[in-house]
Amino acid sequence: MSLRVCDLTITRGGIKVLEGISFDLRPGHCLVLRGPNGIGKTTLLRTVARLQPPFAGRVEADEDALVYAGHADGIKAQLSVAENLRFWAQVFGKTEISPALEAFDLVPLTDRPAGALSAGQKRRLGLARLLVTGRPIWVLDEPTVSLDRDAVAMFARAVRAHLSGGGAALIATHIDLGLAEAEVLDVTGYRAQAAERDDFDEAFL
Amino acid sequence: MSALLLRDLRLAVRAGGGFGLGLAFFLIVVVLVPFGVGPAQDLLQVIAPGVLWIGALLACLLSLDRIFALDWEDGSLDLLVTAPLPMEAVVSIKALAHWLSTGLPLVLASPLFGLLLNLPVEGYKPLVLSLLLGTPALSVIGTFGAALTVGLKRGGLLLSLLVLPLYVPTLIFGAEMARRGAEGLSTGTPLLLLAGITCGTIALLPFASAAVLRVNLR
Repeated sequence: MSLRVCDLTITRGGIKVLEGISFDLRPGHCLVLRGPNGIGKTTLLRTVARLQPPFAGRVEADEDALVYAGHADGIKAQLSVAENLRFWAQVFGKTEISPALEAFDLVPLTDRPAGALSAGQKRRLGLARLLVTGRPIWVLDEPTVSLDRDAVAMFARAVRAHLSGGGAALIATHIDLGLAEAEVLDVTGYRAQAAERDDFDEAFL
Repeated sequence: MSALLLRDLRLAVRAGGGFGLGLAFFLIVVVLVPFGVGPAQDLLQVIAPGVLWIGALLACLLSLDRIFALDWEDGSLDLLVTAPLPMEAVVSIKALAHWLSTGLPLVLASPLFGLLLNLPVEGYKPLVLSLLLGTPALSVIGTFGAALTVGLKRGGLLLSLLVLPLYVPTLIFGAEMARRGAEGLSTGTPLLLLAGITCGTIALLPFASAAVLRVNLR
């Protein structure tokens, strides 16, 4: 159930952004990715989640171990909170959604149309989706955007509960989640060097 | 997989969904044609099968860009790709949901619209049968076009240009079958060709749609 990334080089729009990244994520561990905007954290997470192929290197993980949560929550405004969650639970072959509703304090909002939620409430619903999937490795991109302080603590509790249950989490974030046990990987040092132009091309530039 | 189908159908019939869109467009086309060509009943009788087929085809085209665009905008598509569903199944379900919410209502409403165009009595059965056989191909081909253009801003024009040529064989044999039926001729050959096109697209295109969707999401 562990995730291993070996000497990974990733590209965005055909240009190398990060190269030579290696890390190991074992059950019960949390790895926080840091780095300035545009360095390639999102691209790295999308590569790990197999949404795009790596340029070089390998991502080793079980086929059905990962669940990805990106900038968009994948919420349908016309469906209620419960219908949204139940849909994702069924896609992942599960049925139980009440623990997820409780963990992110969504019980009072269960029957509210998701379109009527605030930005922070929508994000909580998006994070509750992680719990209903039952997958061991969470790959999260900026999970705390638009969350208030209480909700960030709620999220940290959920991550801690997930880790203590043998899960793992890979999180790109700019804020302090209050997870003392999390390891931090600053990807700034892995920035890809611009390829040197050979003389032939230079004549045309 | 049934969860995805149910969700798509539920979204189609709720506020802002595309359920009535195709049907309303079909009705408008069929109601306007007699005003355009004049009240000559024998002329209407001749053009009715063709007009009904073109109306159904354009009504189908109208809702194609919704198949993936909405899921792409709110991020569901990324999440679906990483979910334990094969991509081929996802695109097949999407095409089925599109057919159930757009194609099937057109098939069921077509006898009523045939009446508006003075379709001969013997033409109703072949018309409904040809639409029943042909519209699934329209949805499957349309899903392929939608997968090709997902992520493009205002991709609707490109989608129409890509999909319309692929719709031509279905239109030719579908309208031919409806026309022959209306004239009381044998409909066997166009029926077989129409069914063949539909079966072929259902068997092959989901693989192509899944492949281009994977490339488009990178």
